[in-house]
Amino acid sequence: MTGLLNPTLYMIKGIAILDNDGNRIFAKYYDPTIFTSVKEEKKFEKNLFQKTHRANAEVIMLDRLTCVYRSNVDLFFYVMGASEENELILVSVLSCLYDAVSAILRKNVEKRMLLDNLDIIMLAIDEICAGGIPLETDPQVVSQRVALRMEESPFNDQTVTQVLQSAREQLKWSLLK
Amino acid sequence: MMGSFKPAKKDEEDGGGNPYHNVDKTSVLQEARVFNDTPVNVKRCTHVLTKILYLLNQGEILSEKEATDVFFAMTKLFQSNDLVLRRLVYLGIKELCGVAKDTIIVTSSLTKDMTGREDQYRAPAIRALCRITDATMMLSIERYMKQAIVDRAPGVSSAALVSCRHIMKDSPEVVKRWVSEVQEALVSDGVMVQFHALGVLHQIRKSDKLAVTKMVSKLISSGLRSPYAICFLIRIVARLIEEDEAGTDSRLFDFLEAMLRHKAEMVIYEAANAIVTLKRSSARELAPAISVLQLFLSNPKPTLRFAAVRTLSKVAMTQPNAVAACNLDLENLIQDVNRSIATLAITTLLKTGSEGSVDRLMKSISSFLNDISDEFKIVVVEALRALALKYPRKQSVLMNQLADMLRGEGGLPYKEAIATTIITIIEDNPEAKEKGLDHLCEFIEDCEHTTLAVRILHLLGREGPRTRRPARYIRFVYNRVILENAAVRAAAVSVLAKFGAQCESLLSNILVLLQRCMMDTEDEVRDRATYYHAVLSTKDSALIHRYILNPPQYALASLERALVQYLRTDTTAAFDTKTLPTAPPPQEEKKTPSIMETASRPEERVVPSHEKYAEQLAAIPRFARLGPLFKSSAPLELTEAETEYMVRCIKHTFLNYIVLQFDCTNTLNDQLLEGVNVVVEGEGWEVEASIPCPSLPYSQMGSCYSLLPIPEDIMSTTGTLSATLKFKVRDCDPASGEPDTDEGYEDDYTLEDVEISVADHVQRAARSNFAAGWDELGAANELEDTFALAAMNTLEEAVAQITQFLGMHPCDRSDRVPDGKSSHILYLAGTYRGGHEVLVRAKLALSDGVTMQLTVRSDDPEVSEIIASAVG
Repeated sequence: MTGLLNPTLYMIKGIAILDNDGNRIFAKYYDPTIFTSVKEEKKFEKNLFQKTHRANAEVIMLDRLTCVYRSNVDLFFYVMGASEENELILVSVLSCLYDAVSAILRKNVEKRMLLDNLDIIMLAIDEICAGGIPLETDPQVVSQRVALRMEESPFNDQTVTQVLQSAREQLKWSLLK
Repeated sequence: MMGSFKPAKKDEEDGGGNPYHNVDKTSVLQEARVFNDTPVNVKRCTHVLTKILYLLNQGEILSEKEATDVFFAMTKLFQSNDLVLRRLVYLGIKELCGVAKDTIIVTSSLTKDMTGREDQYRAPAIRALCRITDATMMLSIERYMKQAIVDRAPGVSSAALVSCRHIMKDSPEVVKRWVSEVQEALVSDGVMVQFHALGVLHQIRKSDKLAVTKMVSKLISSGLRSPYAICFLIRIVARLIEEDEAGTDSRLFDFLEAMLRHKAEMVIYEAANAIVTLKRSSARELAPAISVLQLFLSNPKPTLRFAAVRTLSKVAMTQPNAVAACNLDLENLIQDVNRSIATLAITTLLKTGSEGSVDRLMKSISSFLNDISDEFKIVVVEALRALALKYPRKQSVLMNQLADMLRGEGGLPYKEAIATTIITIIEDNPEAKEKGLDHLCEFIEDCEHTTLAVRILHLLGREGPRTRRPARYIRFVYNRVILENAAVRAAAVSVLAKFGAQCESLLSNILVLLQRCMMDTEDEVRDRATYYHAVLSTKDSALIHRYILNPPQYALASLERALVQYLRTDTTAAFDTKTLPTAPPPQEEKKTPSIMETASRPEERVVPSHEKYAEQLAAIPRFARLGPLFKSSAPLELTEAETEYMVRCIKHTFLNYIVLQFDCTNTLNDQLLEGVNVVVEGEGWEVEASIPCPSLPYSQMGSCYSLLPIPEDIMSTTGTLSATLKFKVRDCDPASGEPDTDEGYEDDYTLEDVEISVADHVQRAARSNFAAGWDELGAANELEDTFALAAMNTLEEAVAQITQFLGMHPCDRSDRVPDGKSSHILYLAGTYRGGHEVLVRAKLALSDGVTMQLTVRSDDPEVSEIIASAVG
């Protein structure tokens, strides 16, 4: 047969967010034929992390998957596709994921913030990829669709003292660690 | 209850700041009871639901009861109007619907959200709803789906289209009814909507090539806005070009070329990739695509460089000259920080570079080999193999490199690739044989992979005895008997026997070694040793040939079936092995796809095996008495592609009968065919029975059969049969498939002729040692003739044609014609119907066409005659 790409909407094989030890914070695989068990998935993630956490090279081929990735502080974002998939489409999905997360977390892309907003992040990923089909690739649209709480939250009309108060709280916590 | 937040705070210190670190299933399921409180405590419920989703994502498995309980508790949360909570519920529904029971209960809530005014709900509600709805329930929401597809909000429209695509996996029929809405969505302004609409539309029309062509030409002229949709369109166009062998609409290719100048990089790459992957692209057509990729090579974005070099390395396999223009840019990439890019650049250079650059490239390879993954190491090995075949003079350098790699670290697939490459070099170049065998011998001294050790031993058994000093290999082989596991020991014993059979000087020593093996702890090893010892001790060359060098190769499953059948009859007569089908030798081993190739090819039609056919035919009572199936031909198309009815013919040969199986497909959705039969006529052939296919609805395949006795006279066992498809048509409603009328009318349809050739009576057979088999068969029934094959222009062509025409198996790798030779000898082996062994030697010479001297030997003069006459 030919090496021509199959015209299919199912372009994404998986999306993962790992922490700086290679542990899964969030991971979803959309093609059940790739990994048959959670154990295999996690093994793959460990392996992927090992190969990518030092070299900031943006793309790697592993276990017949093309993985594009991006990292910040203690977070690693991955989007996986078939080995012959158009890498640039995968990268556009990855950028959308990263930028949407960054917008939701107000540029504080780090593990603690992400976990505190895990509900919104999960909603965002659901907006980006529906069962393997890229659903939306504009990070602004994605963050608008999910950042529902932000508008309502008292965060917007916090007084200066409140902000200072919460900043002090946060500082205290980080010192206590 | 409220205290549950506190310990969570504490956990986060242990879990390195992860508040979910110590979440466990039992306690979360307990906490889920909070869902039942009224009024809904939004904050707590959101937190608990997030925990549940987190657990599921970590791979925690809920039992059916647990999932159902959570699911039902979750439905209570529809009372709250908190946006985040509601949308988490949708997520929960999607996650749990695979496990929980009675999920349909939320249909009405979701339908309400889907049709409500709140845009934030509508899109995700549609997606959740389509997950829990089956085909029958789909009818009740059909109206809403149609509206949603053409909704003004792009998010809603996309959600509906994507759900359509998911639904089509199980029930394509429903979505087909919404085709006009999908078409409307295709002209939407939404970037993603256009992409999704195109995807759904293509899926609907996929099987109808004419409709796809129409759709494509319309889209090409109207133009799409979304780069994603354009990438998709490029893939469809590339397929169309590839499938059309005849002159393609040049507008299709022009479109691909125009897309090289699109502003989105993703589209440019997609177009370039399509053009270089198309088999028919000429050098002139390749050039613009290659220069686009060349530009990408120096792009600062690693992904662009990666994509470009990956595609170029693929092209380099088939058209190295086209890529040579990029050599300079590729050399710059050898130092790329991304190791994957560097590896691909080197392997591409290995294919395009000149002989002089090999040594330099070898050096850079060994410098970074340790940094890259096994998969890329395999890519390097494959490149080395190609290089070795291209530049035989560099083989010693390459062989040393490979031997180094063989000693290094690596998994089984990697080691196997290296061993295979060494084996290829050995087979290609007799001078490299001894050196290569030495490397392999050294390797199996310390090889942890059983399969690989067995494979190398087998090779030693085949090649070792024919080298100048076979004795030196005995030590390596016998070491295996002492040191290895049972599978390797058994293989080693077989190899010893092969040495004994072919090297008389070693025979007495081998017998001693075999005698020692008889004490082995494993019975398979003992059995083999005893068997070979007994055969070798007779010193009867015919016996040794038949049972060691060219042992009979029966299809084991058929052998088993025949034996079971035999035991049911009265067993006074001896079991006749002549009627048994021999196992056709395995086809040229399919290379495991490297990461550079398409991994999955789901659409490839699987040809059923001999066994499968045998079972299918045996299940038909009329054919049960025909004896074992001797051979089944490859499917033969009797109609052009894309016609009203499609018929394929498979010829099944039995000892005295041929069964023609006709696989028919009806491609008209407004017709139901009944009593479908294929009538065949030909001189000397009579149809003894035919089994029609009672009913053939649209797009389903049905089979009908004809049974023909094979003429007694062996010379008239080949011929041409005319074929006509006869059936009764009943018009029917395209949508439901229900016939409109009770009455139908008779019709027929002319098919292409069915040819019964010599190959249908011959099964391929392997001879691991052709010369021994040739001598043993003797000249008693030898026939020799000379032919001029004027139509052939190359030796390769002649070899392929003769092999295919006689349906026999090329031995001793004689199907490979070395480059630049003007003469060649082809050795073929097969079994004629009835178990007659046939060997053919064809001496070919190239001079103004091909001249062939054909020598046939077999154990039956008539068989020799028909094989010899077949070519003329």
